[in-house]
Amino acid sequence: MTTQSQTGLVETAAAAPTVGTPRHHIIIFFTLLVLLLLAPFVLYPVFVMKVLCFALFASALNLLLGFGGLLSFGHAAFFGSASYVAAHAAKVWGLNPEIAILLGVGAAALLGLGIGVLAIRRQGIYFAMVTLAFAQMVYFIAVQAPFTGGEDGIQAVPRGKLFGLIDLSSDLTLYFVVLAIVVAALLGIYRIIHSPFGQVLKAIRDNEPRSISLGYKVDRYKLAVFVMSATLAGLAGATKAIVFQLSSLTDVYWSMSGEVVLMTLLGGMGTVFGPLVGAAVIVTMESYLAGFGAWVTVIQGVIFVASVMLFREGIVGVIAKWLKKPL
Amino acid sequence: MFELLGIPPQALFGQLLLGLINGSFYALLSLGLAVIFGLLNIINFSHGAQYMMGAFVAWMLMTYAGINYWWALLIVPIVVGATGVIIERVMIARLYHLDHLYGLLLTFGLALIIQGLFRNQYGVSGLPYSIPTELSGGTNLGFMFLPNYRAWVVVASAVVCFGTWFAIEKTKLGAYLRAATENPTLVGAFGINVPRMITLTYGFGVALAALAGVLAAPIYSVNPNMGADLIIVVFAVVVIGGMGSILGAILTGFGLGIVEGLTRVFYPEASSVVIFVIMALVLLVKPAGLFGRTA
Repeated sequence: MTTQSQTGLVETAAAAPTVGTPRHHIIIFFTLLVLLLLAPFVLYPVFVMKVLCFALFASALNLLLGFGGLLSFGHAAFFGSASYVAAHAAKVWGLNPEIAILLGVGAAALLGLGIGVLAIRRQGIYFAMVTLAFAQMVYFIAVQAPFTGGEDGIQAVPRGKLFGLIDLSSDLTLYFVVLAIVVAALLGIYRIIHSPFGQVLKAIRDNEPRSISLGYKVDRYKLAVFVMSATLAGLAGATKAIVFQLSSLTDVYWSMSGEVVLMTLLGGMGTVFGPLVGAAVIVTMESYLAGFGAWVTVIQGVIFVASVMLFREGIVGVIAKWLKKPL
Repeated sequence: MFELLGIPPQALFGQLLLGLINGSFYALLSLGLAVIFGLLNIINFSHGAQYMMGAFVAWMLMTYAGINYWWALLIVPIVVGATGVIIERVMIARLYHLDHLYGLLLTFGLALIIQGLFRNQYGVSGLPYSIPTELSGGTNLGFMFLPNYRAWVVVASAVVCFGTWFAIEKTKLGAYLRAATENPTLVGAFGINVPRMITLTYGFGVALAALAGVLAAPIYSVNPNMGADLIIVVFAVVVIGGMGSILGAILTGFGLGIVEGLTRVFYPEASSVVIFVIMALVLLVKPAGLFGRTA
């Protein structure tokens, strides 16, 4: 079984180890940042915030899938539970948004630890099934638990005042707060990927038995990256709850887990910028097709099939191949 | 009437029967997954959608062509199995040289497409499919009322499960299959057409799912989402049983159905999560699954 996991889930990440941050990464980051700073004056801020939240969510999954080689099909559990906790904290307990988000993130991290300890005991396909099953369990609990509001979810969550000072009810103010959160988190992920820890992760992904024989405690690395990924997915979910002032069963359902896998796959697994592109494409597609009901599901399915059959490197992976540079 | 731990026997046996019914579907579906996984090494995520297709094709045969339940039992698995064969030839066969996760992603996408198309066409409200007249009504067993159709479902799925087990473990064809699971290259060297065997195996697994769909049609309303949640529970069943053994998949399926039924009697709040809790325990104690071989 172990030999099968080495057949290269990610074909694109042939990144030569470079010293320091590659210059084209810095250029792309700054271009993106400038565009995002201008975006709310051109586009509807709430839409861009949605893209940002999902970009973070997909990047969190990509940290686990693209760099750890572990396909979690249950990331909605972390996204959704953080969203519920943040919404509850902000609405029922009346806490400041930053505290509410932190509580949500903490809940996701704890849940990630609990599920991660169990899930890393299996590999490959089983890992995907185990995470999916646990996420479904979280969904069933969310359906029954009193504080989640069942089918209605938690609605009309107050955005509140950041640190008790800055009123977030204006979309534009909130936008820059969300932008700061997401950019900080994305830089954090970038740092993790390019740290010694990230290098060990890639080694485990590419050849687990060899990493074990080199003396790395593989399970600890897997658990660590799983918890990190869950925590960041929680950050995305909690932020989303404050932005949309809503937390609902959709956030914990398996279709959400599938959606974030799709964003990562479409953008490019194991690339830095892929999940951002994937999230932007999928969120845009969904908002344009929102009136067409189940066709959204059909198109998602078609993109899945097309990505797997035709371009497994994803959009950014293909571009990186053209440019012959890791993106 | 006597009572057991404060539970009236009607309720107890009623839930046990319900558990046994659910267990029949778990067993049929996890059996199909195990057969497919054994040879193809992929998890067929569209299994739930194919189960739903089975129910829908039976409904269509009845509604548009007036073909009754008994013919549907025969025709539907062949029709839906044939779509499986096409899917395997056109798509899955191109992925065998890649990581097995791509098979999972592909079949997940297919499941979304199938479910979305049916939802567009038929909505989500569910369509009725009546119980065949031969099996309507029920039998009073003294301690409980046993609807005939439900008894039939349990017996039929047990027979199909046993038949599949027998075919794989005791016949020559099954021996080829098991050999190809162990070492496809070597079996191919003996002049057996392994790719065709793989295709037919996938078709057979899909046909099992479709058959389960036909059996389910008169019990649950026929609707596009009927397979989506069920398949995740079946995944948990598969993790608990381990996919190493055919018999293991069958026993785990029936067993967990009964456990779920009992939970519904004694602690109803936990009935929807009990299988996942068992999965957590099994992962702690015996990560390879109850009947699984350690990797």
